[in-house]
Amino acid sequence: MNVLVNGDVTEIVPGATLADVLAARGVPERGVAVAVAGEVVPRAAWRSTTLRDGNVVEVLTAVQGG
Amino acid sequence: MDDLVIGGRKIGSRLIMGTGGAANLAVLERALVASGTALTTVAMRRLDAGGGPGVLALLERLGIEALPNTAGCHTAAEAVLTARLAREALETDLVKLEVIADDRTLLPDPIELLDAAEQLVDDGFTVLPYTNDDPVLAAKLADAGCAAVMPLGSPIGTGLGIRNPHNIEMIVAAASVPVVLDAGIGTASEAAQAMELGCDAVLLATAVTRASDPEAMATAMRLAVESGRLARGAGRIPRRYWAHASSPAVD
Repeated sequence: MNVLVNGDVTEIVPGATLADVLAARGVPERGVAVAVAGEVVPRAAWRSTTLRDGNVVEVLTAVQGG
Repeated sequence: MDDLVIGGRKIGSRLIMGTGGAANLAVLERALVASGTALTTVAMRRLDAGGGPGVLALLERLGIEALPNTAGCHTAAEAVLTARLAREALETDLVKLEVIADDRTLLPDPIELLDAAEQLVDDGFTVLPYTNDDPVLAAKLADAGCAAVMPLGSPIGTGLGIRNPHNIEMIVAAASVPVVLDAGIGTASEAAQAMELGCDAVLLATAVTRASDPEAMATAMRLAVESGRLARGAGRIPRRYWAHASSPAVD
C-alpha cells in the first residue's frame, strides 16, 4: 500500500494513521498543516485518520514570501 | 499615529511587510526591525521545499504577527485550501488572499478572487484580498465581508509605483474598510504617496528585501508611511496655476 506524501511515494502498512506517517517523516507538531485528499486534517485528528491506498498527503509550513 | 484597525484587531503599524526576497534571515531580521512593522506576510509551501524553516520563529521572536498569504494560487479552490492550511499551521484567521491570473503579470483574477473571498468570509476568516486597482471590484470585495481591500499600485515586484493614483483615490473615497496599498512600491516617495492618497496602510516586500541596503530602505519606508499619513491629515494646499508669493510685497 502506498500514499503520496508531498509528492514522494511512501509505503505504509494497512491501518497506518496519518500520525504514523508524519512521525516517520519527522514532521513537527507545531507550525505545520496537513491535507489528505484535498481536505485539511486538524492536528487533533491525525491519530484517528487512517490512510487509504493512493491517498495524496500534503504537509505545508510557512516560508518567506509575499 | 492613530491605530490601524483591521477586522476589529489593532495593528501596531501602518507599514505591513513581506518576507519574500530577503537574502537570508539575518538580513530580513534587520529590515523587519528597522521597518517597525507589526504584521508581516509569509507563504505556505511544502514542509520539505526550499525557502527554509525559521521565518515563523523569527517573527515570533520579534513579536511580529504573521499574515499568511495564498501566493501561487490560480483558482478559488486552491486559495481556499491554502488559507485553511495556513489557519491550521499558524493558528490565525488572518489571510492575505491572492488569486493570480497568470505568472507573467501576477495580476489578480477578479472572478476567482471574489469567489474565494466569499467562501473564506463564510468560513470565518479575516480576509485581506490583494486586488486590482479597480474601484468596482474593491467595493464588491468589501461588500462580501472582506476586512480590508489591498489594491495594487503596479504589478508585484515591478517597483513601478502607483500607476493609477486616481483609481486609488476612488477606492479610498468609496471604502467602507481599510485600504492597504499592496504591490508595486519601489521607493519611499511612493509609499508616502499611497498614504497621501488616503490609504490606511502600505504593504511591501521587494522594495526593501531586494534593495542594496534593505535595513536602510526599511527605515525609509517606515518614515515615508508616517510622513504620508501626517501629510494626508494635515490638509495639503490646493494646486494653483500661477505663483502665489509667500513673502510680503516690497514697500
